[in-house]
Amino acid sequence: MATKQKPVDVVLVGFGWTASILAQELTDAGLEVLAIERGRYRDTVPDFATTHIQDELKYAVRKGLFEEPERETLTFRNSIDQTALPMRHLGSFNPGSGVGGAGIHWNGQNWRFLPTDFKIRSHTEQRYGKKFIPADMTIQDWGVTYEELEPYYDKWEYVCGISGQAGNIQGKIQPGGNPFEGPRTRGYPLPPLKRSAATVKFEQAATEAGFKPFPCAAANTSQPYKNPYGVQMGECTYCGFCEWFACGNYSKASPQTTILPVLLRKGNFSYRTNCDVTRVNLDGSGKRATGVNYVDLQGREFEQPAQLVILCAFAQHNVHLLLLSKIGQPYDPVANQGVTGRNYAYQITSSVNVFTDEVMNPFMGAGALGQAIDEFNGDNFDHGPAGFIGGGYIALWTTGGRPILQQHGLPQGTPKWGGAWKKAMHENYLKSASIATHGSVMSYRGSYLDLDPTYRDVYGNPLLRLTFDYHDNEIKMSKFVTDKAALIAKAMKPRSIKTNYREGHYSIVPYQTTHNTGGAAMGDDPKTSVVNRYLQSWDVSNVFVMGSSVFPQNAGYNPTGTVGALAYWAADAIKKMYLKAPGPLVQV
Amino acid sequence: MNKLTRRDMLRSGAAAGSAVIASWLATPHAQAATGSLLPPPVTSGQFSYFTEAEIVFLDAVVARLIPADELGPGAKEAKVPFFIDQQMAGAFGRGETWYMQGPWKQGTPQQGYQLKLTPAQLYRVGIRDTDDHCRRSLGNKTFAELTAADQDKLLTGLEKGDIELAGAPAKEFFDMLWQNTNEGYFADPMYGGNRNFAGWKLVGFPGPRYNYVSEIEQYGKPYTEPFVGLTGRSGVPAGKG
Amino acid sequence: MRSGWLKGTVAVAGGLALLPMAGLALAQGTAFSTAERGHYLATAGDCAACHTADGGKPYAGGRPVPTPFGTIYSTNITPDPDTGIGKWTEADFYRAMHQGLDDEGNHLYPAFPYPSYTKIGADDVRALKAYLDTLPAVKQENKPPELPWPLSMRVVMSGWNTLYFHEGTYATDPNKSAQWNRGAYLVEGLGHCGACHTPRNFLGASKKDDRLEGGYGEHWYAMNLTGDLRDGLGAWSSQDIVEYLKTGSNTKAAAAGPMAEVVRNSTQHLSDGDLVAIATYLKDIPADQGKREDKTVKVDDKVASHGAALYLDNCAGCHMNNGEGLANVFPPLKADAAVQAGEPATILHAIIGGANVVATRAKPTGLAMPAFGWKLSDEEIADLATYIRNAWGNRASVVSTDQVADARKEITQSVSQSGPPSGSQSQSASK
Repeated sequence: MATKQKPVDVVLVGFGWTASILAQELTDAGLEVLAIERGRYRDTVPDFATTHIQDELKYAVRKGLFEEPERETLTFRNSIDQTALPMRHLGSFNPGSGVGGAGIHWNGQNWRFLPTDFKIRSHTEQRYGKKFIPADMTIQDWGVTYEELEPYYDKWEYVCGISGQAGNIQGKIQPGGNPFEGPRTRGYPLPPLKRSAATVKFEQAATEAGFKPFPCAAANTSQPYKNPYGVQMGECTYCGFCEWFACGNYSKASPQTTILPVLLRKGNFSYRTNCDVTRVNLDGSGKRATGVNYVDLQGREFEQPAQLVILCAFAQHNVHLLLLSKIGQPYDPVANQGVTGRNYAYQITSSVNVFTDEVMNPFMGAGALGQAIDEFNGDNFDHGPAGFIGGGYIALWTTGGRPILQQHGLPQGTPKWGGAWKKAMHENYLKSASIATHGSVMSYRGSYLDLDPTYRDVYGNPLLRLTFDYHDNEIKMSKFVTDKAALIAKAMKPRSIKTNYREGHYSIVPYQTTHNTGGAAMGDDPKTSVVNRYLQSWDVSNVFVMGSSVFPQNAGYNPTGTVGALAYWAADAIKKMYLKAPGPLVQV
Repeated sequence: MNKLTRRDMLRSGAAAGSAVIASWLATPHAQAATGSLLPPPVTSGQFSYFTEAEIVFLDAVVARLIPADELGPGAKEAKVPFFIDQQMAGAFGRGETWYMQGPWKQGTPQQGYQLKLTPAQLYRVGIRDTDDHCRRSLGNKTFAELTAADQDKLLTGLEKGDIELAGAPAKEFFDMLWQNTNEGYFADPMYGGNRNFAGWKLVGFPGPRYNYVSEIEQYGKPYTEPFVGLTGRSGVPAGKG
Repeated sequence: MRSGWLKGTVAVAGGLALLPMAGLALAQGTAFSTAERGHYLATAGDCAACHTADGGKPYAGGRPVPTPFGTIYSTNITPDPDTGIGKWTEADFYRAMHQGLDDEGNHLYPAFPYPSYTKIGADDVRALKAYLDTLPAVKQENKPPELPWPLSMRVVMSGWNTLYFHEGTYATDPNKSAQWNRGAYLVEGLGHCGACHTPRNFLGASKKDDRLEGGYGEHWYAMNLTGDLRDGLGAWSSQDIVEYLKTGSNTKAAAAGPMAEVVRNSTQHLSDGDLVAIATYLKDIPADQGKREDKTVKVDDKVASHGAALYLDNCAGCHMNNGEGLANVFPPLKADAAVQAGEPATILHAIIGGANVVATRAKPTGLAMPAFGWKLSDEEIADLATYIRNAWGNRASVVSTDQVADARKEITQSVSQSGPPSGSQSQSASK
């Protein structure tokens, strides 16, 4: 029997990036906001202190800052004809846990999606014809445009202190920036990071190869910074322990370093840690949420009443909660009906290792220190002859050179162990770099999330089940982009290169990205989306869903920038429209 | 509904369901001057998990995976077997963060590790079965007693899954052996391996340093500061017990 | 024996957050009612800091104030008639502030800094009383002080006062500006800055000749506020001082020790005019030429190179290779006054126990330095501190291993004395 708590205006499930943004915005509107986080409280000092954080074994290998599958995991299979089995330890992706969520351990690679990304279906049909889109590819327009989101991208970038070089300010192409990006109102708040040896070589080579390289936009501060909330950040010192670690000197944007110092002082904000939300409760009509149920560490169950329920957990966890709470009709890929769980996507990546003559000092790096070209992303090139949809950026990132997991490959033919391997490590560690491709993944009828029939979590709830594989479209696109990356690699005039195509089935084993998207797609049509363009549930109007869960398909960029922009966009909609007239914001 | 196990509660450590009503935070107090934020130190060279015979096996295996040569110490000299031992005696060896609920089925390669064995159990079974295999098919010798060439052949057989072990899949066992050897050779020396920075010196990784602001733009210039670990420049575990 | 009354952490209770602060927005030199003026003055004097116990009701007393002689507990100054000062007349209150006597004529111990408060003018004292009268009355008995005989006999203070106490309201200096005088009035009176920043003799009295040249506040060394270029305010501009007091940091320093509490609860709320006045006064205090001989300190080569190595390995990530830190984020160690202070207590406290910069309205971040005490040995900390105090042109005394060991003991003690942070209210979910 759940103990009933005192009601609040807004309950946020999770306390990571989107919850911090929503809490900050909605407390400003005078609401009583409560965030419920399954992990523990964490702050820069002592949890991320420089005295102990650069421990590759503990954090990168043993995954010290991430969620633990023992408490929360999913089952996985490539296709519907297989039996899904549990992801027993983390591999392909590393979701976060604890206050700050994955926002504390990301690299800080920050992008905006392209204007065409938000209209991918209508744009593709218009340019290439309806037949260009495979029958089982379920891509759809987002329901919101880049132009509508632009001010919120801007807001996010200034809260985070993004270091970068703008490419398109109000339609005017800027030298040194990304000429393909959508128009922005103004430049980045901070100039680009310092340049590492390998990124300088990439820039030279890419330019010679006829492309337009630019410094990647980084949520690592290039200078001390004070954001619009008055919160101060330091300056990145290129320590090379960014992704999967948390920053010890306040120079990586995270909830802790950008929002929490002001949020936690507000009298109308509170949070609970070590509490796992297991259900969104609905009233008898099923059209209105009354709050959430959660379980604490001792297994005691509580009911938290609220007027507004916002799901701010990591991507697929939001979808899991929607399914367990029976919000939206669960997606059935066979009948091709239902919405919750539909359109799961991911990221397809590949790399080209470059072995140089000169010392590169790979251990000096920052999470988003890189040079990129965007010629082969989105619809930035003619796909007609290419025969696939989508694309990705090509970037040489120098994020670090941690010796257990992060040395940048070994030349073709190197054995995997033994004396020859040892020699190759000795000769190549300092003189190597990696070019990465970071490609889009479309949605397909057979890529989806639902509830597993067999495996359970610690509360006895069915685990989320993931059915996903790479399709021909993605494999073809990835090879195309990887070949372009190899061109640039060769233009760097190295000793040798090694091209690592993404081939075969999607495997949950090797780490790729933590860019899980979809399952709660946003859109204009309740038949193909779970939330409307304001991230509001079509079925239960006082439930909103944040995060990349709402992406109808994934673009060729890291998702966090768009996650942040959408959160600010939704917060604005709630403040300006929903609070004045609670109820569905979009009528169909 | 499955109740949370006692292990969940103990392991999570924090007070149950703490509700923090945020208010103007008062003076933060001096942080605990006494509480170490590093993992508990390893025992001073004393093995906690592996038996004598298992240590003999591991010494022989790691010496082939990363041999000593003119470039410097190998995994054995770097004390990697001790590192693996300490890992098996701890949370990783027990598979504490892993999802270990059944049913147990063999999956596709894409579905990853599906063994009921924890890492520590995998070693116990794998070592026993590998030595058994060697005794049966390679002239009544244990792995350690084989010639180096035969050892390499055996390891390759495990690596490719060509060898059948009784109690555990050979490939998974080899993967774990290699993974932990690589870890032990390159992890911070406070974990017991990478003795005297053997692994870091081989490749030129200087250790956990927090400031390359001036060095990062000195292109082509090797970094020459002394090697350092999280417990200092000694290259050996703190050994404070 | 170390001088300084306020040993032990004087953490501010979360209760202060409940006080009505809205009126302070008016503290910009406009005329306002007596009680509101009293509120402002109580903020300037930071009365709540001592008179509110950890987790206790505001101004109800009960905070232990450790002194070298024993622990004295602050008193209940809410208007409760039986346990507080509800029955006190204006004259009673004036006598307490001005002469250090309670309403029955008993001596108060100078843990209550009446030697400073004696300077406060009658109008201001009246306003303070008017403000205190508006507080909710709290029934809480005062705890008797834990002092050994004969100090436990209050009459003993009579002799101490004869030797060391100079009763008298602040006298305006006609040769100085109004602003200077206002600053002097605040610093020497309500602000009672000298209570920490002036060294004390073995009987706990402030050494008048060494006024504001540095003293002890709760294990941290309260820096020299005179014009010394190396360890005082000589290199600070007036604007630096104002920014520090108003926001908690400037390009040269950050308030992270006991000053964090002072900035949080007192100086960040003062009017700009008053802050400028304080700065004007302080900047006019010359360095004591006679006292500070610039002796060349001899640092052993081995210590220097050991310290330099430790600095690179532990400190450079924030304080940078050149010791310059990051402007307004991480204080510089190069040419820094707190680093080169006569006593190393501050730098040792920061290294051993870490430091949390105050979060103010202007700078809400609350940047923090981690503790290194668990990571470095006494010898390592001694060499590191000696190095920092003498690198990049710095010059200050060598730090010994014994000094580090002593500092460690005090910091551990102070942590255990203060208990869990009082601002956060942990509640079990099962309420």
